[in-house]
Amino acid sequence: MNSLTVSEEAVVEEPGFPEDQESAIILDNIGVRYRVSPERIFTFKEYMIRRVQGKVRIQDFWALKDFTLNIRRGEVFGIIGPNGAGKSTLLKIIARVLKPTTGRVIVKGRVAPLLEFGAAFHPDLTGRENIFLNGALLGFSHQEMVEKFEGIVDFAELWDFIDAPMRTYSSGMWARLGFAVATDVEPDILIIDEILSVGDEAFQRKSFARIRAFYERGATILLVSHTMDTIRAMCHQAVWLDHGVMKAVGEVENVIMAYRKGQPE
Amino acid sequence: MDKTIQPQIYDSSERGTPPVEELRAILKYRHLLTQFVRRDILTRYKRSVLGVAWTMLNPLGTMLILTIVFSRAFGGSQPGYAAYVLSGLIAWNFFAQSTNAASLHLVWGGSLIKKIYIPRTIFAVSATGTGLVNLLLSLVPLLIVMLIVHVPIRPTVLLVPIPILFLVMFSLGLGLLISTIAVYFTDVVEMYSIVLMAWMYLTPIIYSEEILPEMYRLWIVRLNPMYHLIELFRAPMYEGRVPTLSEFLISGAIALVTLLAGWLVFTENADEFAYRI
Repeated sequence: MNSLTVSEEAVVEEPGFPEDQESAIILDNIGVRYRVSPERIFTFKEYMIRRVQGKVRIQDFWALKDFTLNIRRGEVFGIIGPNGAGKSTLLKIIARVLKPTTGRVIVKGRVAPLLEFGAAFHPDLTGRENIFLNGALLGFSHQEMVEKFEGIVDFAELWDFIDAPMRTYSSGMWARLGFAVATDVEPDILIIDEILSVGDEAFQRKSFARIRAFYERGATILLVSHTMDTIRAMCHQAVWLDHGVMKAVGEVENVIMAYRKGQPE
Repeated sequence: MDKTIQPQIYDSSERGTPPVEELRAILKYRHLLTQFVRRDILTRYKRSVLGVAWTMLNPLGTMLILTIVFSRAFGGSQPGYAAYVLSGLIAWNFFAQSTNAASLHLVWGGSLIKKIYIPRTIFAVSATGTGLVNLLLSLVPLLIVMLIVHVPIRPTVLLVPIPILFLVMFSLGLGLLISTIAVYFTDVVEMYSIVLMAWMYLTPIIYSEEILPEMYRLWIVRLNPMYHLIELFRAPMYEGRVPTLSEFLISGAIALVTLLAGWLVFTENADEFAYRI
């Protein structure tokens, strides 16, 4: 049960696949299947006993189904939908964290996920050390991070604490440094998962300004939010997801309207 | 370097064989590898006064206790029993720590691989790298102890990189195998630390193999890969002799087979990990 055999992965061989130069992200017929066992089996012993008894039940759960989407370079793309709609799964597919069970995904450029601020920071390391660690996580060399270092600390406004261990930081400082690192690395594609509520008002304004500067530079931005005002203010296009299925896509206003209509009052 | 003008393109349908792909990825993420090793070494002793010196003091302390407790029981036939114990101990510690850390890092570092793409083998490789730094640092107290207890330091110590390389290969391979199982059954991590303790007592580290009855000796010699690897480490280091060709070949074969098996099993399953952890 533990290995996905290659034959299960439907190899999509479409001869006329659109190789649009302008596309930054191409999702073609994506399906993501989680295999969940209704009862959690934690121990090896338990598993072996059940296996022998033939009681290992596995349920398939499709977090995304037949999902096709083309996101152009330079677009700010909003993703909306209720909890459990498959939004995070979609981001994980694009961030290369999950491999789609079916279909094909093509991502052009360096992806920086802002899924959770500073998740990779180590509390015992100083801010300085963590900046280099996080930079390496995003695929940057030490030398490249040396060049970016000053800008990151400037933006996070943390010069006074940069050589203190991060466990002494407040959660706001922690988040600021996380945002500064993830955005200073100048990704081609930035993934933002409901994070703009972070930091105080002044820092929020700065974050918005920086995200704006990103798309002015031509970067592609994916934004997940439950706040329709944020989506409206920032996005060119939006998609509404529900139970792993695309319900609507296109102009932000239309998608939000369809989404609102689809919600029980 | 990899700073090309055209953007990197990720295409999920264009994948080579996973074991080769992973090797390429880990080379590309070598900066992260050094950062991980650095982090592990720095954070382990960050809050202590003596810092990294503990890497050397720790095996010294264990050796001291073992020598005091066991030198009467086991040490009679071994000249420089302290050096004998310490040489076996630092090879064992390297193996035990890096295999154990490999699975722990993958299970607990799981929150990372659910958020961002990094080569999945990086946890086992960096755990082995951290172990290797500790092993190299422990060679310093070993040489000092050898001087103190009058075990001659011969030029054969220059051969010691070879057994260390085999130890690295074996530990990485086994660490990857255990990590793979640990993704599916977290219990394995706990189980393994018990197995390690039993395994250590089955390996001639604090006693010499001569004290074992002939029958047991054969079993331990034949079936315990760590026996071969530790002997190969001890020969140039403690005994001051060049290992025989067959000693080299047996250890090398064990190391290579384990590494290949671990790498293949791990990389073939790695795409599933983000779903499981």
